[in-house]
Amino acid sequence: MGMAASDSQFHVLAVDDSLIDRKLIERLLKTSSYIVTTVDSGSKALEFLGWHEDDRRNTDETSVSPQNHQEVEVNLVITDYCMPEMTGYDLLKKIKESSSLRNIPVVIMSSENVPSRINRCLEEGAEEFFLKPVRLSDVNKLKPHLMKGKKQEIHESTPPQSPPSQLPTPQSSPPQSQLQQPPQPQEQQQQPSQSSNNKRKGMDEGLSSPDRTRPRYNGLTMVSN
Amino acid sequence: MELNRLQRSFLEYTAALFREGFLDSQFSQLYQLQDESNPEFVVEVVSLFFDDSERLINDLSRALDQTNVDFKKIDAHVHQLKGSSSSIGAQRVKNSCVSFRNFCEAQNIEGCLSCLQQVQQEYLLIKNKLEALFQLEKQIVAAGGAINTVEWML
Repeated sequence: MGMAASDSQFHVLAVDDSLIDRKLIERLLKTSSYIVTTVDSGSKALEFLGWHEDDRRNTDETSVSPQNHQEVEVNLVITDYCMPEMTGYDLLKKIKESSSLRNIPVVIMSSENVPSRINRCLEEGAEEFFLKPVRLSDVNKLKPHLMKGKKQEIHESTPPQSPPSQLPTPQSSPPQSQLQQPPQPQEQQQQPSQSSNNKRKGMDEGLSSPDRTRPRYNGLTMVSN
Repeated sequence: MELNRLQRSFLEYTAALFREGFLDSQFSQLYQLQDESNPEFVVEVVSLFFDDSERLINDLSRALDQTNVDFKKIDAHVHQLKGSSSSIGAQRVKNSCVSFRNFCEAQNIEGCLSCLQQVQQEYLLIKNKLEALFQLEKQIVAAGGAINTVEWML
């Protein structure tokens, strides 16, 4: 599968041991025009991603990493936290430790608002942490992460060339840093700031965007309007 | 006109369910995911919830009936039930699961048994109400109309 153009569809892998939640997340993602694959465990997710036991990240390596382990191109993984055998955190860790998979953005979902859990996941490299039940307004926040994931693949597996004109020039900084995204015309809801290092959206930060109807990181779980 | 009467009943019935706390806003979110390409989405998800709940309630009865009660396993079941009820907006069932988990943590068998009873009651209540709601929907569709969820204002 060659590098797709930036306007082709995104493929999301959703991981959840609950059938109801898989059905819900699938509908949410399909409503947003993503291609969706659902699996019920972390191990099945890794299998789908073509993960190999010895595929560890070598921090001395230059940025060119082989993409050929992946059978199917996945642009984002969204996973439940609480799963038997392998938690969403374990899955996140394995993905980030894998040289072929580490650039795939990962989002964690959980029914429980536990600040230490949220921090742990964000520190391990999760892009976002959604409280369940996940809503359309949450799914709308995935677009910038999906764009970043695609861009990393283009940057790493093709020789240096001028990037598509709508995206800023990639920098040689570590792949994990967030890049400024210009506003996408089709997006209705946007975070006001996408500055780097905002992935640890602090729990002490107030609500920054008007579309967020409930806080994700406060100690109190508020009921939405 | 019959259709108007049915549609008004539908709105009044759902308004009551929201007002009385049987359902929360997540239930209306489900309807936002339903469209012409997935016209049965809500019924499908709710049916899954019914199957799931019945299975879990049975598992819980059995687990609490053991000589050596495995509170960890019970908590896992309740956690699952809490999750699925939350996912469809079955607020009262979800809340009764929250209390249940507290008794699990305290390893209080009597408390757990009492919670199980409450969970079961709440489940049966919402099951009846949702089945009645879906019946009403069927009648509206049969009368040539469509259900209106815009007025749920949540």
